[in-house]
Amino acid sequence: MSEDKAVAEETPTPENYDELHDAPPKNRLRLSLIGKISVGIVAFWIVIAVIGPWVAPYHEAFFIEEDANGEYFDDPSYMLPSGLAWLGTDYIGRDVFSRIVWGARTTIGISFAGTILAYFIGITLGIAAAVNGGWIDTLVSRAVDAILTFPSIMLGLIIIAAFESSIPLLIGLAGVIYAASVYRIARALGQDIMVQDFVMAAKARGEGLWWIITREVLPNAAIPLATDFGIRTIFVILFISSLSFLGLGVQPPMSDWGSMVRENMEGLRYGLSGGAIACVAPALAIASLTISINLIVDDISAAAGGNLTKKMV
Amino acid sequence: MWHMILRRIGVGLILIWVVSILIFAMTQILPGDAAQIRLGQQTSPEAVAALRKEMGLDQPWFVQYFSWIGNLLTGDLGISVAGGATIQSLIGDRIGNTIFVTAIVTTISVPLSLFLGLLAAMLPGGKIDKVVTAATLGLIAVPDFLIAILMMLVLAVQLDLVPAVSLLNGTEGFWKKIYILILPITTLVIVVSAQMIRMTRAGVLNVMSSPYIEMAILKGVPRKRIILRHALLNAIGPIVNVIALNLAYLVSGVIVVEFIFSYPGLAKFMINGVQTRDIPVVQACGMIFCSSYIIFILIADIASTLSNPRLRHPK
Repeated sequence: MSEDKAVAEETPTPENYDELHDAPPKNRLRLSLIGKISVGIVAFWIVIAVIGPWVAPYHEAFFIEEDANGEYFDDPSYMLPSGLAWLGTDYIGRDVFSRIVWGARTTIGISFAGTILAYFIGITLGIAAAVNGGWIDTLVSRAVDAILTFPSIMLGLIIIAAFESSIPLLIGLAGVIYAASVYRIARALGQDIMVQDFVMAAKARGEGLWWIITREVLPNAAIPLATDFGIRTIFVILFISSLSFLGLGVQPPMSDWGSMVRENMEGLRYGLSGGAIACVAPALAIASLTISINLIVDDISAAAGGNLTKKMV
Repeated sequence: MWHMILRRIGVGLILIWVVSILIFAMTQILPGDAAQIRLGQQTSPEAVAALRKEMGLDQPWFVQYFSWIGNLLTGDLGISVAGGATIQSLIGDRIGNTIFVTAIVTTISVPLSLFLGLLAAMLPGGKIDKVVTAATLGLIAVPDFLIAILMMLVLAVQLDLVPAVSLLNGTEGFWKKIYILILPITTLVIVVSAQMIRMTRAGVLNVMSSPYIEMAILKGVPRKRIILRHALLNAIGPIVNVIALNLAYLVSGVIVVEFIFSYPGLAKFMINGVQTRDIPVVQACGMIFCSSYIIFILIADIASTLSNPRLRHPK
């Protein structure tokens, strides 16, 4: 009787099966509380990016010149937060809150488009190089090495000096620069998967190359690539924002978080009781987005067993 | 070993050469006409043609490239389009300023990151580790300029402790200079250290999962001793690599920081060049920055070769 009980306890039941140290990774993703909050923040900004222009109190280029009673302001720049302008006004009297809401579209839109482009180029070439080998592999790998010898912001500066800055140029720039790192990962993953038994089996069955790529290679590379997508998005957001901050990215009068920080830097000198909020608020908006993405990625890799801390203890 | 190091140096030189071709190609050939930019749109075609001849733009591209690279190698960086002064006279002091800041930042951030990284790796999952991991995780995702403007706001504006802009007149003593530069230095230390701490921690923990560490644990060696004697020594290679890579990150961090604090360094000069589309300035500064980046990475490679006995004495 007691022996039976002991055996029953040791046999993994569906309840404690997941807790075994050699249990396979769970399919269902469980986010921690911080992870859930982060998902909320990212979702919030994405919604704002989509509906921003319809919910913002003012147009991004609107100057607040008069108060609710129709009285003109002596100096509409760097006004403190009020019912009229929730986060105050910027250096020439535009509503900071509205500009952040409008800017979400520009900043997130460009960064997202840049990351997608980087992924499209990187994965296509990476998988092609892994599957094909030969001259494609050599050629693209050398080109990628050349791109990676530049600090990314330096490459941005040089290209922008040559061509004038524009939104398509920014997207293309981010796409090409970050495609280099995506290519390396996709190629390494692809090469690993191509020598697995199930690919051999598929080849032996006589499956075509396209079938193998779409049914065997891509699904198996999806999870590591998804984590990397998050990290890459952060890099692209920071890259685009830094260029805008330096005055070389999105050009006025369009609002964009990075350029808003630069435009209102003068306001910092007036302190928190002056225009500092116009400068700090957009920077905090960027940080809230990038930190949240980072926390989500960290949560996902922790759930997938990638977190060293949890393994060590 | 010497063979390997010489080969790495050779590869580094080739990379610098490739970078020079790319910088030249991106700035000189693709956008078409530097003479047109210099004279503006409202000029006669004859004037543009005369200037093209004077600037050597009517020559084939490889002649232009070799005269440019030849001048670079002999220390002639070209002439700034804005103002017409030679670039080497313009960047003389600025290079010194940039090197000064990066040297100070390196001296502070390297020991600091090694210390904090090791401290976190001592007890993974412990309180210190959690704080360090969370702080660095947040910091690496934050734009450099956020840290800079927050520090400027708190330390320079609200508390009025330190100067908000880093303007030097060249006569300050060492400590006075440090005082004026305290904000850019602190910003860069934070930016660079966050990454280095994470990688030091990861490097040590990575070594900690190898069989000989398991052996040491089973022998009953105390954890502190395992980390300092077994793990750290074997993690030196990766850590040195990380340090050099982060000095390379410093190249980008310095761009944003010099811009914010109006520091008269090389990066600020280059940004001005980009804004005014002063191509010779961008080419010269781009070459200096990219070459130093490649040299840092080269040093990292050599250092990790030297620190690994198996690579030092190949079979």
